[in-house]
Amino acid sequence: MTQMNMIEAIRSAHDVMMDRDPSVVVLGEDVGYFGGVFRCTDGLQRKYGQHRVIDAPIAEGGIIGAAIGMGVNGLRPIAEIQFADYIYPGFDQIVSELARLRYRSCGEFFSPVTIRTPCGGGIRGGQTHSQSPESIFTHVSGIKVVMPSNPYDAKGLLISAIESDDPVVFFEPKRIYNGPFGGDPEQPAVSWSSHPKGEVPEGYYTVPIGDAELVENGDEITIVTYGTLVHVAQSATAAMGISADIIDVRSMSPLDTDTISNSVRKTGRCLIAHEATRFSGFGAELAATIQKECFYHLEAPVGRVAGWDTPYPHAFEWQYFPGKKRMIAGIRRVLEAE
Amino acid sequence: MSNKSRLHIPQASARPGEKPDFSYLHLAPAGALDKPPIDSKTIDIEYLSSGLVRVLDDDHEAKGPWHPNLDHDRLQQALRWMVLNRAFDERMWQVQRQGRISFYMQATGEEAVSIAQAMALRAGDMCFPSYRNQGLFMYRGVKLVDMMCQCLSNTRDMCKGRQLPIMYHSKNAKIFSISGNLATQFPHAVGWAMASAIKGEDHIAASWVGDGSTAEADFHHALTFAAVYQAPVILNVVNNQWAISTFQGTAGGEQRPFAARGLGLGIPGIRVDGNDVLAVYATTLWAADRARRGGGPTLIEHVTYRGGAHSTSDDPTKYRPKDDWASFPLGDPIERLKQHLIVEGHWSEAKHEELVAQCKDQVTVAWKEAQKYGTMTEGPFLDPASMFDDVYADPPRRLESQRRRMLEVENDGNGGSQS
Repeated sequence: MTQMNMIEAIRSAHDVMMDRDPSVVVLGEDVGYFGGVFRCTDGLQRKYGQHRVIDAPIAEGGIIGAAIGMGVNGLRPIAEIQFADYIYPGFDQIVSELARLRYRSCGEFFSPVTIRTPCGGGIRGGQTHSQSPESIFTHVSGIKVVMPSNPYDAKGLLISAIESDDPVVFFEPKRIYNGPFGGDPEQPAVSWSSHPKGEVPEGYYTVPIGDAELVENGDEITIVTYGTLVHVAQSATAAMGISADIIDVRSMSPLDTDTISNSVRKTGRCLIAHEATRFSGFGAELAATIQKECFYHLEAPVGRVAGWDTPYPHAFEWQYFPGKKRMIAGIRRVLEAE
Repeated sequence: MSNKSRLHIPQASARPGEKPDFSYLHLAPAGALDKPPIDSKTIDIEYLSSGLVRVLDDDHEAKGPWHPNLDHDRLQQALRWMVLNRAFDERMWQVQRQGRISFYMQATGEEAVSIAQAMALRAGDMCFPSYRNQGLFMYRGVKLVDMMCQCLSNTRDMCKGRQLPIMYHSKNAKIFSISGNLATQFPHAVGWAMASAIKGEDHIAASWVGDGSTAEADFHHALTFAAVYQAPVILNVVNNQWAISTFQGTAGGEQRPFAARGLGLGIPGIRVDGNDVLAVYATTLWAADRARRGGGPTLIEHVTYRGGAHSTSDDPTKYRPKDDWASFPLGDPIERLKQHLIVEGHWSEAKHEELVAQCKDQVTVAWKEAQKYGTMTEGPFLDPASMFDDVYADPPRRLESQRRRMLEVENDGNGGSQS
């Protein structure tokens, strides 16, 4: 075991898989010589060569389209989209081609592409560097959608994604690349070194895609969340001194409905939290699942804390971002509801 | 020039009721263009993108440096495949009109592109087709009955009822799955070719789009990636003059030929008579040799004409002159190859009639067989439970529970249980 931040853990997952499997290649903007704007592929081109770590033109549709073709020809491409906000030019290739190729050819053709992309706010990135578009992808049959919340899961889930014959959109909450974030921008930054999930094995291991994790065990409320807000939920419940189940969804598609519904049946109260805008957000799918599976156990309406339904505003980031204060208010609403 | 800006709306040269007018097409006589060495620099062979490579002249003689000198057996084979392609299309059109299949698209008038290119490529080369490349499937050994069963969505359908008719695929034949979203296959071909080069193989990729879909971003992505990495790929634009009802000028074909689209990236372009089997074969072989030997991509524009409707869903008499095709200066590829073989003394009208009859019979036999596997109205039918297969390699549990629910509703006339 060694200490890694999320960037190092993601880089290590690449390294482990490129070493084990010569068909793994990396393609994206600035990923090669420079090692990525967030450094997630740093050193890989020097180690594995320019034919396996390829700097791409600025054309996300081209990156994903070319990666699909490479995958059809036996490679296992990891395509980096520099920011999730830039993924839209590749949307048709993801939805119409990557997600459906296996289905439409009845399994004769498939392309095991992993699309990695940093997402989320809290970094003063404004509307073009802060979005959380995961629910746009969970709506598409044929792809898996994953978002880790810590270095250990990031590496294990990324290895699972690379090994998966199904395409995976792998969201990386960039606010927590360097350390967990409790949702209060006034607090000093912390590193992963003091967090148990900052301990990461150097070699190969996997975290299965499709398993949620109960990160805190309690009985007053269930908070279902993922990404950066896992840490916000933990700091909010600690500040409130309440006993909560906090579930890190980790994989939005496939979704581990058992872990979620077992917890909500136990606590009878549930708050869903995500950074993405509320309307038609992934929380709506979670809430529908919970009302169906746990209706007779619910003691209060399922609550949601989410980004407001506006574009991500640069100057008002801390009014927009569902941070610690909003999380506490959301928990209170659910706890106090009769 | 004037002292005001202006908006130019491209106008088709002729619309219904008007006299067909192809004066906008820049033609060149057969044999007029030099054939450069395959290692030529793009800048030295730009003439290939503005001229027109032709081998067959107006008297059906083959001439000039691009003459591939194929022996008459191979030319007769090419003719046979093209006639079969047309006979297949005619039958499938007819059965769509009879309500036996839901939809169809013919390649009428463009058969030379798929057949001559399939002949010039090697079996290990990968094809990323558009929806009018059925000739590739036929030439590469996909059975007519299998293509018909796909169109019927029946129990032998390679797509198990999931795809609109004509969206074939064949891993065996190395032909990618056809998409209804246009030009998406172009970057796939480039990525496939890049992988071939990464793996050190000498297989190349080829892909096809129409003149209309060159306007899609995917076309430009593909050209950029192909140029940047010098991918071993042949990128084909089948300029059949029409994108449903809009003529090629609406896709930007008025100012410069589509073959010139790659020049700014350093990709050589060849504008070829797409109705001339010999010229299509020769230019494809040139591009394939160049790609196989590290010379990178080539963009080929095939100047041809869409002889029929876009699909069974549109009526071309509503947007172009009825006799447009008959006036097309590059004619009909089947007729031209037939006349060439006759001029060469290797064919006759009688033999041709016999070939047409044979191909029609072959299609009839296949159609009879295909219907045994079911039609849209008569069984046997596909199991609808199979619609949940192949969405994922590793399917989520929700698909299995939805399959059960669908079957409950199907098996219980009252609508099954809720949710």
